[in-house]
Amino acid sequence: MVAPALRLREVAKSFPAADDRQRQCLVLDAISISLDVGELVSLVGPSGCGKSTLLRLIAGLDVPDSGELMIGAEPITGPNAERGLVFQDPNLFPWLSVRRNIEVGLLARGQLREKRGEVEEFMRLVGLETFADAYPHHLSGGMAQRVALARALINHPKILLLDEPLGALDAFTRMRMQDEVLRLWQSRRTTMLLVTHDIDEAIYMSDRIIIMTQRPGTIDQIIQVPLDRPRDRSSSDFLRLRGQILELLHFAGNETSLEGRTPIR
Amino acid sequence: MLQGQEISRSEKVTGRGTDAPEDASVQILDAAASSAIAADRAPRHALLAVPLAAAVTLGVHLVVSKKEPLDESRSYTIFLTLFFAGAIAAALTQWRWPAVRARMRGLRPLFTASVLLLCGWELITSGLRLLPLPYFPSPGGVLQSMINDRALLFDSTWHSLVLLLGGYGLGVASGFITGVCIGWSKPVRYWGMPLLKVVGPIPATAWIPLAMVVSPSAVFSAAALIALAVWFPVTMLTASGISNTRTSYLDVARTLGAGPRYLIFRVAIPAALPSIFVGLFMGLGASFLTLVVAESVGVKSGLGWYVSWAQGWAEYGKVYASLVIMAAFFSTIMTLLFKLRDRVLVWQKGMIKW
Repeated sequence: MVAPALRLREVAKSFPAADDRQRQCLVLDAISISLDVGELVSLVGPSGCGKSTLLRLIAGLDVPDSGELMIGAEPITGPNAERGLVFQDPNLFPWLSVRRNIEVGLLARGQLREKRGEVEEFMRLVGLETFADAYPHHLSGGMAQRVALARALINHPKILLLDEPLGALDAFTRMRMQDEVLRLWQSRRTTMLLVTHDIDEAIYMSDRIIIMTQRPGTIDQIIQVPLDRPRDRSSSDFLRLRGQILELLHFAGNETSLEGRTPIR
Repeated sequence: MLQGQEISRSEKVTGRGTDAPEDASVQILDAAASSAIAADRAPRHALLAVPLAAAVTLGVHLVVSKKEPLDESRSYTIFLTLFFAGAIAAALTQWRWPAVRARMRGLRPLFTASVLLLCGWELITSGLRLLPLPYFPSPGGVLQSMINDRALLFDSTWHSLVLLLGGYGLGVASGFITGVCIGWSKPVRYWGMPLLKVVGPIPATAWIPLAMVVSPSAVFSAAALIALAVWFPVTMLTASGISNTRTSYLDVARTLGAGPRYLIFRVAIPAALPSIFVGLFMGLGASFLTLVVAESVGVKSGLGWYVSWAQGWAEYGKVYASLVIMAAFFSTIMTLLFKLRDRVLVWQKGMIKW
């Protein structure tokens, strides 16, 4: 049997409480997940349930209180280029041109000289070859996020962590970018873990959806998405799944609506 | 953003109207100049402003200088005549070539005003004798002292330049290093910051007595004082720039495989550069001040020394001459630093207003 791409066992994490530094506030508890190689999994849940914290733990930017995080057969000890992370804010370095931003990973790992050709390839992959010398503030939100994706993918990560990468985009750009991410995923077969607030996005894109509970964040349910790709956002199966998840989230959010949004029944 | 500019530019060009000259010179204009022409609604007689002002100034000078010794006013007469001739030549050039006119448009009022200022200066000094001599010489007198003492003035400027660049360079280098260390490392910050906050605000010139005792040579201690004056703002703003680097930039770089060296030299320092440049500008201002003070108390050369020396002999013409040179000297250096910033921070263009 192939080892899972990512395996989390009984992961817990707490932070000092905002109002009282002496008290620890449990953010994540008993998180156990396993992602197969090449799988695209979404993580949804009410805001403040620790989705981003979980991603930071997997990226190695934070250390868990307890539990085990494994990439393949290796435990996670710190940030590493094999786990790419893309934030909601593209966080491009404003002092570098698009090309130089994409080169960052290669330069940081001392591989720029032998792999310079890949930079062109990745700029073409995200369709930005004509903007190679533009500075980030000249780019639109969608373009900037494509650069951020190329910058993460050039390291050939074993897993790509996406923290609401499309959250700041307008509805049209967002739908186009969903297809773009799917295309990248299908062409490269990178394992992806996507945090999102958008249930349609989760259903449209992922193989499985992990639904988390309100603080402390635990795993409430894991839902398989049995639809074939490309998926139709208005098909009855899609809509039924959507209703089902909204119901679950409504429950998980302790009778408060998700992000101020009233669930549709 | 760029496209927007492109559009408005072409609008201006097409909206230029019928009064545009149709001669061949139009074809050699670049797009930027032609847009400026479109904005140049001022009639052509505005071109007369500078020559007219120059003529008035020259006339006033010729009348007033009848009372003055010939050798003191002659070079100023030549200067004003040359300026007048130049102004006429410039006006003719602009009248003939609209491109030049468009380019000079913004400078015309400035030139007019500065010539008239010279005229006013001459009127209240040697003309109406409203101000006591020898403290307020006429512009002709200042020009004459500048010409008479040119060798010493040149030598003083050279010494000042060497001292300034030495001290400033030393201060920037040390301030940059301490700033990066304080901004990046927590332990260094813990020990360095209090020291910086207590010692830094002391004006560098207050250390002069100590510097005189400790240092073997006056020039060396002056360079050290200038370095100290520069060091404080550069350290402070470098440290704040480095420690305010967005954590998400560092996080992203770490997930891309960056090690500590990369994080410091390729993330934190570039991110801090806008703040570092503020420190460089503040340091430059402080270095001018310290230079002039240090030269006038200890060092026996340089423009600061020259000013106090000329004052000692009550040669106020020379005092003003060196002030004029200082103005040109310091503002040139300041301009060079601005140019450097424009190059280094070119990525900020369009992001913030300078």
